[in-house]
Amino acid sequence: MTALEPLLSVEDLQVAFKTQDGFVPAVRGVSFDVYPGETIAIVGESGSGKSTTAHAIINLLPGSGRITGGKVLFEGRDLSKLSRHEMEGVRGKEIGLVPQDPMNSLNPVHRIGFQVEETIRANGLASSKREVRKRAVEVLKEAGLADADQRLRQFPHEFSGGMRQRVLIGIGLSSHPKLLIADEPTSALDVTVQKKILDHLESLTAERGTAVIFITHDLGLAAERAENLVVMHRGKIVESGPAREILQDPRHPYTQRLVAAAPSLASKRIQSAVTSGASLESAEVEGADASFDLVSVAERTADTAVADAPPVIEFREATKVFKIRTGGPRSIPFTAVDKVSFQVPRGSTMALVGESGSGKSTAAKLLLRLEDLTSGEILVEGKNVAELGKQELLKLRSRMQPVFQDPYGSLDPLHNIGNTIGEPLAVHNVGDLKSRKARVREVLDQVALPETVLTRYPNELSGGQRQRVAIARALALKPEIVVLDEAVSALDVLVQAQVLNLLADLQAELGLTYLFITHDLAVVRVIADYVTVMQKGMVVEQATVDEVFENPKTDYTRELLAAIPGAGIQLGA
Amino acid sequence: MSSKNPVRTAPHFVAEVDEGGLGAVDAVRVSDRKSNLWLDAWRDLRGRWMFWVSAAFILFIVFVALFPTAFTQVPPNDGCMLSVKSQEVADSLGVPIGTRISDHGPLPGHPLGFTKQGCDVFSRIVHGTGTSLSVGIIVTVLVAVMGVVIGAFAGYFGGWLDSLLMRLGDIFFAIPYILAAVVIMSMFLHERNIWVISLAIGFFSWPSTARILRSEVLRVKNLDYVMASEAIGLSKFRTMFAHVMPNSLAPVIIISTVGLAGAITAEATLSFLGVGLPNNIFMSWGNDISAAQNSLRTAPFTLIYPSIALSVTVLAFIMLGETVRDALDPKARATR
Amino acid sequence: MIWYIVRRLLQGIPVFFGSTFIIFSMVFLTPGNPVLRMFGDRTPAPEQIAALEAKFHLDQPFLTRYFLYLGDILQGNLGTTYAGQSVNEILARTFPTTLRLALLAVVIQLAVGVLAGLISGLRKGGLFDNVTLLVTLVIISMPVFVLAFVAQWIFGIQLGWFRPTVGAGAPWSDLLLPAIVLAGLNMAYVVRLTRASVIETSQNDFVRMAYGKGLSRGRVIPVHILRNSMIPVTTNLAADFGILIVGATVTEGIFNVPGVGNELFKAINRGDTPEIVSIVTILVIVYVLVNIAIDLLYGVLDPRIRYVK
Repeated sequence: MTALEPLLSVEDLQVAFKTQDGFVPAVRGVSFDVYPGETIAIVGESGSGKSTTAHAIINLLPGSGRITGGKVLFEGRDLSKLSRHEMEGVRGKEIGLVPQDPMNSLNPVHRIGFQVEETIRANGLASSKREVRKRAVEVLKEAGLADADQRLRQFPHEFSGGMRQRVLIGIGLSSHPKLLIADEPTSALDVTVQKKILDHLESLTAERGTAVIFITHDLGLAAERAENLVVMHRGKIVESGPAREILQDPRHPYTQRLVAAAPSLASKRIQSAVTSGASLESAEVEGADASFDLVSVAERTADTAVADAPPVIEFREATKVFKIRTGGPRSIPFTAVDKVSFQVPRGSTMALVGESGSGKSTAAKLLLRLEDLTSGEILVEGKNVAELGKQELLKLRSRMQPVFQDPYGSLDPLHNIGNTIGEPLAVHNVGDLKSRKARVREVLDQVALPETVLTRYPNELSGGQRQRVAIARALALKPEIVVLDEAVSALDVLVQAQVLNLLADLQAELGLTYLFITHDLAVVRVIADYVTVMQKGMVVEQATVDEVFENPKTDYTRELLAAIPGAGIQLGA
Repeated sequence: MSSKNPVRTAPHFVAEVDEGGLGAVDAVRVSDRKSNLWLDAWRDLRGRWMFWVSAAFILFIVFVALFPTAFTQVPPNDGCMLSVKSQEVADSLGVPIGTRISDHGPLPGHPLGFTKQGCDVFSRIVHGTGTSLSVGIIVTVLVAVMGVVIGAFAGYFGGWLDSLLMRLGDIFFAIPYILAAVVIMSMFLHERNIWVISLAIGFFSWPSTARILRSEVLRVKNLDYVMASEAIGLSKFRTMFAHVMPNSLAPVIIISTVGLAGAITAEATLSFLGVGLPNNIFMSWGNDISAAQNSLRTAPFTLIYPSIALSVTVLAFIMLGETVRDALDPKARATR
Repeated sequence: MIWYIVRRLLQGIPVFFGSTFIIFSMVFLTPGNPVLRMFGDRTPAPEQIAALEAKFHLDQPFLTRYFLYLGDILQGNLGTTYAGQSVNEILARTFPTTLRLALLAVVIQLAVGVLAGLISGLRKGGLFDNVTLLVTLVIISMPVFVLAFVAQWIFGIQLGWFRPTVGAGAPWSDLLLPAIVLAGLNMAYVVRLTRASVIETSQNDFVRMAYGKGLSRGRVIPVHILRNSMIPVTTNLAADFGILIVGATVTEGIFNVPGVGNELFKAINRGDTPEIVSIVTILVIVYVLVNIAIDLLYGVLDPRIRYVK
């Protein structure tokens, strides 16, 4: 189109990791160009090779990784052929890096100022002590940190995640590099913080004409932040091109799947596959696109289905105060849940939404009686949970089951799947050994896992499969209520969509009531009927999903909605 | 959409679909290899030569300790002589009558020579094996039981019980266990036996095991599966035994294997210092090394042979401990 | 930071009382009359016994005696040996030598241990690493007295590089061999801990970021990798110090170093219970103080722990 030369040109890049069984390829022939000043996004699920590609460009592969073929041409120089010393000159100065995990990317034992100043000195931006200090203050100010002077004297652990990421962005851009590699820069942060930081990053790079390689697992976010996309799958590029075009007209079947499954792009609640005719099994076997298409399913209106059922769960001004121990001799009270009230009608899904520290998970633990209330009441089917005796509590527990967030921490690694799912049956002395086994097989079938997993151990299964096992364990006692605490947050999009579909099916089939705790409003739209938005322990807004999405009443909710990546993108379909 | 002006229009590239297709989302892997912590650890151990060498040697030591007479017919204490007095003995040893046997080198039937008291070095080493091993095992079991019980209660129940037990641990930890054992043993002049010395060593070495188990229990008890089983309706006790303990024990096994080596060293050190087992009743390598120190210039072998026996035994347990740690602790495996 | 120091010092108080109480109880609970034991095989006159019992407060109840003992320690009165020598004098004479020996050992242990551990950790799997692992394994499996005799025999007697035993006045040159032996065991632990911790630190995101922001290897290794790896090595110094105390007793005995350990060694051989108890008490108190000092150092090295509980 123009005479412009690409700034970075990756040609047929191959990266492999050395293992006991020889070299295992992680990136298999990736080629793309980055032009000066443009932003391209590399999108893919975990294990797609997107981060490895980025690290290969600046030659920072972890110990066992090697570039086994191809070229990385940066302004005509092949970076993969540079000596260590030459590469040290390129990093920081010409190619900046904003790393993935702000919590671990600053050295905890050095002050912020020290870590900014050493960057300035290493890249020769200033030499005298005063100059360096002055430049460091500038860097933090540009990164959007007020009172930068004082901040320089603090340690990383005194900073929030968002502030740390601002520092890292400041460091990455401190020497005005021509290219910035941003490796999932905000995936560990709350959505509203994410939006602010990305806006800031975008204005800084636009102002300076910095080219950006933006790596993310979130298709919506990628499309929102980059002109061009590179979609990776299993170490290869499956599709690349202008962001809007790919989103509106995905051509590769994988991209089509990804677009269909991205909750941030969906606008409707999942209608159960049971009622819509498609069975989950066909999805499992063929990976058929239809059952994953969250967008095209018909809307099930919340109010008609469940409005007049009596509440199964009721919070009445539930309050939980923790005592936080400070460094000194006293402890200060901290109100994690502050007079929270809501009702959940039978057979419906209530989403409890909030950012970290909003008290949503504590609320779930209060309901499950894993924590005790400070004041207020929680009623389950009209009975006050706090007043239950030992026997009644046991009975309640058989009717109310949790599924937790971490797919790697939610199953005991020393128990096989059969025993794990059978444990609640054994605890509650349900039936005999034979009938228990039959029940285990039954729930396993309900979560669409083959019987062969019965004798397997958790670490042989993927995150999604573990989460399905956790759901199966929760279902074993035929509960009426399932408390889902960030149950799908750690999963890749496609797997997440699959589990969400499963949950919708189970709800339709078994008449379950869900309390769905999440930080992700995008997911709420596809699974919930009602929403309670929480902030700092208090309820900010409460309504049906449609009301909240179409007509949010408070600023905070509006802010949350605006922060959903890709929400404003019109899909062609 | 990005606020930047597009620099160019990138071509829309679509890769061909792989011949294998995309596959089902999150399909269950078909592998017949079962895998959990213990199975994986065993698989890992099986492939290490260090494991087999140390395990074989430990089995051999156990055999020697159980059946010392299968290796030597010479009694370790009786029949010691400073010089050859009878013609019969002189003939069997092939030396003239009157030869000084004290600190003498190898003679027929006595492959490693004689101690200063004229006892058979080889026989004393063989008979000393049982002492070292028994003390090692008793101390290890004692420390493991005390450490696990105290650490588990402190970690799992927390609160004042935790504070109390851990402060108690601090106090016991403040006394280096060999010094404590020195004091205890110097009190028990006439009642020294394997049990007393084991108690003296073990009673002050439980805090490290308790601390390790406690921190492990604290880690495990915050995992979701522990919370999940409480939510299922398991009592605190059942959760502790069914889920928390089995998942916290790996570090205790590691520290116990190495600790066994430490206990053997401790016994030898106490015996060396002269507050160990009485050397006329128990054969102890530490005693023999202590007794031989004055012969270091003239007959170094009387010191070196028991030292080798002691060091190799300790080495075997430390090697076993290392391989077990590498197998059980994924973090340790990463640092290999 | 101030609260951290205060809390750490306060925590030392129960440990001090507890550990001295335990040592005292061990002596108290021993069967037999300690006065009779002083006389060995001789039978003293009843008035002699009574006088000595009064002198050692043996006629007082248990707790009273504990507090008298504690009072004595706090006033710096450590009692006398069976032979009537003042333990204070013995310690005053021997402590400086032990301090020099221990200092030399700690310097050797840290200098060699950290350097070897760092090289090993950075070149994981290389020749140096494998040799180091093997050597440290052999050293760890040798009890300190075996190590001492081997060193004495090889370097003192066979090669003649050092004097096999320490001469009068304990000059530094004579202390070198015992210090190397004393350092040996801990050095092996320091090497292994440094190595493991260098490997672990190197895998941290902040190390990748340090390279990513343009720092050279010559800066990342000391400032980011080694600096952070020193934290576990420091915390482990407390355990090292326990080994050092016991090691000093044995090494000083074998090399005839005129230090506290040698006094303890001789007292043990003589069965001089009052002297043993006094010296052990002092060593335990030193150990508690060193532990507190190391924890404070830890607070300096790691800013995080100064703030969180």
